[in-house]
Amino acid sequence: MSLSQEEVKHIAELARLELTDQELEKYGGQLSAVLDYIDQLKEVDVEGVAPTAQVTGLENIWREDEIKSWPQHLVEAALSDAPAKEGRFIKVKRVIE
Amino acid sequence: MKSLNQLTIKQASQLLAKKEITSVALTEACLKRIKEIDGKIKACLTVCEKEALAEAKKADERRAAGESGDLLGIPYFAKDNILTRGIKTTAASKILANYIAPYDATIIKKLKQAGAVLLGKTNLDEFAHGSSTENSAFGPTHNPWDLTRVPGGSSGGSAAAVASDMCLFALGTDTCGSIRYPAGFCGIVGLKPTYGRSSRFGLIAMTSSTDVPGPLAKTVEDAAIVLSVIAGVDENDATTVNQPHPNPLLSKERVNLKSMTIGLPKEYFTAGTDQGVTQAIEQAVATLKKLGVKFKSVSLPHTKYAIPVYYIITPSEISSNLARFDGIKYGLSAAPSLTSPARTSRERGNDLMSVYTRSRGKGFGPEAKRRIMLGTYALSAGYYDAYYLQAQKVRTQIKQEMDKVLQEVDCLLTPTAPHVAFKIGAPQSADPLKMYLEDIFMAGASLSGLPAMSIPCGFDNGLPVGMQLIGRRFDEAMLFRVGWAYEATTRWHLEKPGI
Repeated sequence: MSLSQEEVKHIAELARLELTDQELEKYGGQLSAVLDYIDQLKEVDVEGVAPTAQVTGLENIWREDEIKSWPQHLVEAALSDAPAKEGRFIKVKRVIE
Repeated sequence: MKSLNQLTIKQASQLLAKKEITSVALTEACLKRIKEIDGKIKACLTVCEKEALAEAKKADERRAAGESGDLLGIPYFAKDNILTRGIKTTAASKILANYIAPYDATIIKKLKQAGAVLLGKTNLDEFAHGSSTENSAFGPTHNPWDLTRVPGGSSGGSAAAVASDMCLFALGTDTCGSIRYPAGFCGIVGLKPTYGRSSRFGLIAMTSSTDVPGPLAKTVEDAAIVLSVIAGVDENDATTVNQPHPNPLLSKERVNLKSMTIGLPKEYFTAGTDQGVTQAIEQAVATLKKLGVKFKSVSLPHTKYAIPVYYIITPSEISSNLARFDGIKYGLSAAPSLTSPARTSRERGNDLMSVYTRSRGKGFGPEAKRRIMLGTYALSAGYYDAYYLQAQKVRTQIKQEMDKVLQEVDCLLTPTAPHVAFKIGAPQSADPLKMYLEDIFMAGASLSGLPAMSIPCGFDNGLPVGMQLIGRRFDEAMLFRVGWAYEATTRWHLEKPGI
C-alpha cells in the first residue's frame, strides 16, 4: 500500500501539521511501509467478535458535575502558560474573517 | 558500607526508622551521584536540588514527630510526562519545553503524602513514543552498562537513573513496554501494573486505553512497596478500579512456590531471540523449577498480531490525545509576524489555522508526527472499519486468549526483549517499523491490560537480560511472590554497572 504525495499532504492537513517537502516525502514512504505491515490484520477472521475499546469492564462511572474552585494563584499559574493573553483571557486569532 | 544512594528502599527505610540516617543525608548522596555521572548518562531533564532538600528536611521532621512509612524520606525521580506542580514537565518535546503544570498528577500527590522526595524529572522518548529514548527532543540517554548503547525506552531516563543509583526508585509509564523494556536493558525491576490499578490523572496522555504508570526499582520488594502507595481508585480517573492491593511480601506465604504453575507461551520463544537471552531465560526456568514451580507449555496464537493491532490503536489514540497541543492554551506557539506584506491574514499565515499547523509542525518531533499522521489516516472516513475497528476486534481475541490461558496457569514467563541493549544509532533508530517490532513481547499484556514485570535474570556479553512475568488482571501479588522468591536465590539484581 503506497500513499501518494497528495494523500500524505491531505493527511497532514487533517492532522494540522505544517510539513516541509522533505518531511512529506520521508513520512510518505515510512507510513506506506507501516501500513503494509499492518495489512496482515486483514487475514484474521473476526466474524462475530465484538471490538475492545477498554479492558476494565467498568461501566458508567458517575460523579457529580460540580464546580471546584481553584485558589487565585493556581488560576494564574494555569493561565501563565498561555502564549498570548489579555487580562484574564487567552487571546486567539480571529475565527471569522 | 555502601553509599546511601546505593541502598534499596527497604534498606533505607529501615535505617531511617532506626534514626541511623536522615532523609537529608540520603538525598544529598543521590544529588552528589547525579552530579558525578549524569553528564555521561543524561538521564535527567530537570534536577530540583533546592526543592528536594527542602522536602527531605520536611520528611525528617515528620519522622521526628512520630510518623513512619516505607517511603517517608525516600528520594525518587519521575518520568517527565508526569505532571509535577511548579516543576517543569516537558514530555521531552519542544512543544512543551517550558511547560509548568499548575497541579500534581495523582500518583505524585500520593507519593508526596507518603513523604517521598522528588529529585527531578527523567528523559524519555518524546511523548513516550519509542523504545530507546533516542526520540527525546533533548538528546538520548545512555545505558549505564555501556554508554554507547540505549537504555531502552520510553522510560529510559528513569531506568538509567535507578540502574546507576542516582535515586532509590523512579516512576515510569508503560503503554506497550515503556517500563518493562528499559528495565530489562538496564538490569533493574520494572512493573507495569494492571490497567486501572494506578491513576492516569496528570499523565500526559499517549494511548489512553493502555497507558499505566508504575515503578522502576532495584528489587521486587521495592516495586511492591511503591505500588502499594500509588495504587487505588481516583475520582479523577474513571478507569481506575476498586480492587484490594495487598502487598504479599508482608507475609510468609510469599516464599512458597510449590503449588505454582507457570506457562511458557511458545509464540514468545521464537527463532528471532538471541541465544544469550534464550540461555538466561532457560536458566531462570531451571532456578524456578528448583523452587518447586511446575512449567507448562501454552499457546497464544494471536501473538503475532499484537504489534499490528497496537500500531493502529496507539497512533489513533495519539492523534486524538495530541490534538490538544495547538499553540493556544500552553506550549510552543508559532504565531507569525504581523508585518508581512501579504494582503489577507490567510496569505500572511496569520490566521488561526496557521497558528495550529505551524505550532504543531515546529513543536512535534518526527516520531510524534508520524504517529499523529498514521492515526489520522486510520481514523479518517473510509478507512475506519478496515483499520481501527478491525484492530479492536483482533484486540478482543488477543485479550480473550490471554485470559483463558491464565485460567490454566498462575502466570506466564517470557523474555522481556529478544536481545540486550542495542547501540545508539543502530538500524532500529532509523527505521520506525524496526523500532516498533522491538515491543514484540510487550504488546500482549498491554493490549489485554494485564500486570507484567521485568526482572533481571542474567547477562549476555556483559549486558543485562530481563525476564517478563505476566499475571492475571489485578494479580500483581503473584508476580511479586514469584519475583521475590527468584531474587532470594539469585544475585543478578545485585550486579551494578561499573560507572
